[in-house]
Amino acid sequence: MFVEFFYTLRQVGVPVTPTSFLKLQKALSKGLINSVDDFYTAARSILVKSERYFDLFDQVFAHHFEGVELIDPTEFELTKAAKALLDEWLKDPQALAEALGINEETLSRLSPEELLKYFLDRLKEQTEAHHGGSKWIGTEGTSPVGHSGYHPGGMRVGGMSRNKSAVKVAMDRRYRDYSKEAPLTRQHMGEALKRLRNMIPAGPKDQINIDETIYQTMKNAGEIEIVFDRSLKDRLKVILAIDNGGWSMDPYIDIVQSLFDYSRSQFKDLKTFFFHNTIYDYLWADPARHSRPHKVEEFVKTDPETRFIIVGDASMAPYELMATDGSIYIEERSGRPSIERLHLLAATFRHSAWLNPKSEMEWPYTRTINILREIFPMFEITLDGLEKMVKHLMSKN
Amino acid sequence: MYNDGMPQRFTGATKYVLDEELAKIVNISMALEMPLLLKGEPGTGKTMLAHAIAENLDMPLIVLNVKSSMKLIDTLYQYDTLTRLNDSRFGDSTRNVSKIEDYIKMGKIGQAFAGDERVVLLIDEIDKADTDFQDDMLDVLDQMEFDILEIDKTIRAKHRPVIVITSNAKKDLSDPFLGRCNFHHIAFPEPDMMREIVQVHFPEISQDLLDAAVKTFYRLREFKDMEKKPATRELINWIRALQADPDFGVKDLVKGDIPFLGVLFKKSPDYALAQRAISRFRM
Repeated sequence: MFVEFFYTLRQVGVPVTPTSFLKLQKALSKGLINSVDDFYTAARSILVKSERYFDLFDQVFAHHFEGVELIDPTEFELTKAAKALLDEWLKDPQALAEALGINEETLSRLSPEELLKYFLDRLKEQTEAHHGGSKWIGTEGTSPVGHSGYHPGGMRVGGMSRNKSAVKVAMDRRYRDYSKEAPLTRQHMGEALKRLRNMIPAGPKDQINIDETIYQTMKNAGEIEIVFDRSLKDRLKVILAIDNGGWSMDPYIDIVQSLFDYSRSQFKDLKTFFFHNTIYDYLWADPARHSRPHKVEEFVKTDPETRFIIVGDASMAPYELMATDGSIYIEERSGRPSIERLHLLAATFRHSAWLNPKSEMEWPYTRTINILREIFPMFEITLDGLEKMVKHLMSKN
Repeated sequence: MYNDGMPQRFTGATKYVLDEELAKIVNISMALEMPLLLKGEPGTGKTMLAHAIAENLDMPLIVLNVKSSMKLIDTLYQYDTLTRLNDSRFGDSTRNVSKIEDYIKMGKIGQAFAGDERVVLLIDEIDKADTDFQDDMLDVLDQMEFDILEIDKTIRAKHRPVIVITSNAKKDLSDPFLGRCNFHHIAFPEPDMMREIVQVHFPEISQDLLDAAVKTFYRLREFKDMEKKPATRELINWIRALQADPDFGVKDLVKGDIPFLGVLFKKSPDYALAQRAISRFRM
């Protein structure tokens, strides 16, 4: 009867893996689940791995246990689940073998068709046998982990208790708030940026270098010579160039800037510059782009190990990028197109990236984004994007 | 999470209000022998749960505080080469220099495996470490054994520890990691639950103060744009501060006078924001 539940979960987009489903069956067979309430709690903790899906889970649960007629899963659905199972099998045969209760060798001898049949047989068996569960996998003999560890009494329950049935609780949809995509805050982004670092020795010599100590001691004919090193500190230089010209960038300037300021202590050096739309001869150290210009040529002199990060939507009229004297400001007339400047910067800094607040899906539709992506690797301003950017900036080559 | 600053009073389950749902999840995780991964806002008692389990089941608790610089091997064991070098030079210790085993010290996971009794292993703030660390660690916890290369010995867990892992991360952990854990997200307690929690900490508290404090607290939590909302820990400390102040009367709270804001709001922009919002209460 739970097969349908499993498929519905998958259908609505909760990433449920067959392995975790089998784990749930194992819990059923062990007699740990004696009521719908228990089932709700157990199923959620075993199947759902992120609070973002709690709400979806609640909805599916309420839908199912309110007496809605259950239909046999169609062939089509089975094929989909089976495909997922096979995928998982390829990734981690051991875990699957464990969950199915057969050993890995037997599993590896099964053809995909046989494996599928085995899995489906298990599922069908379970629809009949879930009350007793005696035939189900995961009984003492097959589980490699053994049972000795289980504390038979379990936890005592004290304090608050819920007087509602699980279905009611599920219908409350307590987790609705979590299902929304959380807005990106400074704290979130800080998490992603933590990995952006370059550890080099700094500070007092207070860490023992064991290899060197042993070597020197040997050289000293056994007279102990202890060698100290400086401990590793993060000393990364970062240059941040922010497009603060257009309204499209407004919501992001603050967050990006404060984020990097936040982690300023972590970096050896963090410089922030501003530009509008794209970079011509100058970058400006003041947000008004007026009083403190820095020549782009000067950047060639900076440490090439500096991480150069541009933040901007990269959306403009193509001529601003490609034409000589493309700038929309009359005083910025250099005779060189912006794209040349950008190439210069990209060549100067081996580790550079472009952060774009526009979502990646929109990128292909803006011509200048496509051009700029060729010069600088471009990343979205999302947690994933930031993490990818950090990975890119920290890569060795 | 709210045990900082008052260790002597927090001895575990006597100070922990356990939700029935959570108790079930703990039991299922123990029966399935899977680590339990807890997420939730700071101050919802993630860390405290491990303490509560340890007290409840009468098992020792081993806490592994994960740091970003941590390597997996540090959590397993450490080979103290320097002491050995020293001993071999001066030879005035009781240790046997030719026996490397004497110089192996167990890390936290090592201790949990090697101990004679079953323990509760709390792995706190796993999100601080990088993904490789997380996955490798889960491998060790899955296998329940690890090798000490220096002495070519395998340490196998005598008893499978009860493993509780906490994470503050907003981002999901890696898929293989999640696949091996049971998951629970602890929501911020409802006012009723919060009242019980406060009562557990202050059995003597008057009903008036309890009601007024909890009500004010939830009102303060509703402010928009807070970087860090006050959590249970802040509430407990705040009530303690209120009780310690001889000039304070419950009527002040009802009127909208909120003393000791600094206990509740620890970031200066938040503090300023709260102050402004509260001055609007009074009018």
